[in-house]
Parts: sequence; C-alpha cells; structure tokens
Amino acid sequence: MSDSAESPTETQKEEGQSASDDSATNDEKKKIDVLLKAVGDTPIMKTKKWAVDRGRTVQSLSQFISRFLKLDANEQLIIYVNQSFAPSPDQEVGVLFDCFGSDGKLVLHYCKSQAWG
Amino acid sequence: MADDKDVLRDVWFGRIPTCFTLNQDETTEREAEPYYLLLPRVSYLTLVTDKVKKHFLKVMKPEDVGEMWFEYEGTPLKWHYPIGVLFDLHASNTVLPWTITVHFKNFPDRDLLHCPSNSVIEAHFMSSIKEADALKHKSQVINDMQKKDHKQLWMGLQNDKFDQFWAMNRKLMEYSTEDGGFRYIPFRIYQTMSDRPFIQKLFRPVSPEGNAHTLSDLLKEMYPAAIPNEGEQKRYQVVIHGIEPLLETPLQWLSEHLSHPDNFLHICIIPTPSD
Repeated sequence: MSDSAESPTETQKEEGQSASDDSATNDEKKKIDVLLKAVGDTPIMKTKKWAVDRGRTVQSLSQFISRFLKLDANEQLIIYVNQSFAPSPDQEVGVLFDCFGSDGKLVLHYCKSQAWG
Repeated sequence: MADDKDVLRDVWFGRIPTCFTLNQDETTEREAEPYYLLLPRVSYLTLVTDKVKKHFLKVMKPEDVGEMWFEYEGTPLKWHYPIGVLFDLHASNTVLPWTITVHFKNFPDRDLLHCPSNSVIEAHFMSSIKEADALKHKSQVINDMQKKDHKQLWMGLQNDKFDQFWAMNRKLMEYSTEDGGFRYIPFRIYQTMSDRPFIQKLFRPVSPEGNAHTLSDLLKEMYPAAIPNEGEQKRYQVVIHGIEPLLETPLQWLSEHLSHPDNFLHICIIPTPSD
C-alpha cells in the first residue's frame, strides 16, 4: 500500500468539507484512494480515482457523486462494495477500505437504481 | 452444562423492559400516558414500535405528527443499530425500565437515518448480512442462497420466529474444520467516548500458529485500553448482549453464538460505573 497521502492520478480537492474534526487522530486524517465505477445507465465520472478522507461517510460520498454528475436532488444514488452490498449511509469509507480494499484502493460501484440484492 | 444451542435461544429471546414517554414539547390534545413494552434485544426500534406510535397518535392531531424518532437522555437513538446495542451502549447500569422519549417533530437529520418503511430496515439488515458473509466466506454462502432464503432470514427476524431464522442462518455459520473458523470475524466495537461510529477491521479467528484467537486478543489489537493492566482497576466493561463474557472466550465461538441476526458480533465498551 502506498503511503502517499495524495492519489497518484488526480488530486481532486473535495468541496463541501467543513473544518476538520479536532479530535481526529493522525490515522483518521489520512486519505485513502477510492475508485468509483458506474453501473448500468448511471453516468460515468471522467475522474474515477479520488483521494478521500478516511472519516468521510458513505452518505457524504454519495452526495458528492450526485453533485458531480449533476443528478436531480430527488434521484437516489446507491453505493455498493464488492458488487454485493450497500453499506449503511453513516459508514466511514476508511472502515470499508480496511475490510474490503485491495491493491491500496477501495473499489466502489454507484448506481441510480438497485443493482445488487 | 447447557447445550451451546441454548445460548442461541437465550440471545434471541433477550428482552429489555422499556417505558416510552412522549416528548414534553409535542402538541397534544390531552395528556399522553406512558407506554410499556418488552423490546427484543436483537431487533430494531422502528420494527417493533408500531404499537407505541399508535398509542401516542391517539392524543395528537395528524398535522402535528412527523416521522417518529427516539431519544434517551439527550442522545438520539439510531434505529439501524440493534436495540440491545443501543441499550448496552447508552443505558447499561441504569435502573429498569429503560425510559425512552418519543418525538414526532424536529427529526435530527445529522444524527439519524430516516426510516420511512419496513423495507428500509429490511434493506439495511440484508446488507449487513451480506457484508458479514463477505468477511466470513467471501460471500459464497449468501450468494448460493436464493431470494426466498434471504426472505426467510428477514421474515424470521420481523416475525420473531427463532426456528425459521436459524434454519437458514445456520448455513451462514458453517466453516470447514480444516480452517478452524471463518475467514474473518465480522465484529463492530462501539464506544460512547468517541465520535467515530465504531471500529471494524479484518481479524482472523485463528492465529498464524494455529491458536484460537480470544476476545482478549481482539481487544489488545483494536482497543487495548479495554484490558486492565495487572493490579490496576478495571476502567471499562466489555459488554455483549448485556453480559461481560470472559476475555478468554474464543472469538470464533462468540461469533457463532453471540452475533446478532445481522451476523455481526457487536461489542460495547463502556466506562466502569463509579457508583
């Protein structure tokens, strides 16, 4: 796993992040690499690889993707891990990375409708 | 000695006597009496509180009723955590019945997920089971099941049918004797002292040398402060289903017997009461 805090491909600054949590330890402040893949007729993102804060929630990531794709506010966006389960919206991506990441990155699929299960 | 199978029953039928009272700021037409209920530890708040809702709606005007949510001593209660986890985490060592405050307005969006219907609970529950099986068997067992088998797990929980649930769930608990346990143990460690929702990492039931990992081994790695140093006073209680299991208990056994129906072993670490 690479130790660099920045994603090797794109270092997209994320918007809408409020001041970082004071109580967060160094470990939590680190970023992880997330690879975002579209499913079905959901629009793809030009930039697929993102450096994301470990403490960021699935919900906040999904809102970010929705804004990026300019989806309507009422359109849902479901995020999947391992192409099998949709983690709870308040799950931290850092936890998902620790349990389901491989080759130094976490692959997430996103979809406008239910894709698996 | 009791059969280990009895443990599954004891866990399933664990109940918490609870008193629901209406939040004082709700607009009512007459005074709302409290409502008493035995809550199943392994279920979810929004799944077992239809009667509570009905009870309080009797004294309220429909226009004053928003989505129902629950609070205990200022803490909004997350419906998507099992009830027993909420109790152990927030209300252990308090006098029973557990007093929960019911709200119908000012839904705390920052703290709670919305729960518009039981299908949301079902989706959450099935997702947890799938996540757990991804850790235990690389998703092989859950993927081999049919849609109706998944439904049987959910219906078993929803209707409180122990036999129906376990007839299917036992498949998720299987492993080859060669492996000596699951691939990884699906666990979550909760603490009230942290802003982080929970600790969850990869942890194997057996050490590379072939020894069974214990609850103590897990805590040493994930939350060392929970294990008292020799001669020191115990600072934390490690609680699963309202009890403090021996730290020497093998983790694989705990995973098979003390996991919630979502197939995760939920472990609460709470400060020892000072009296």
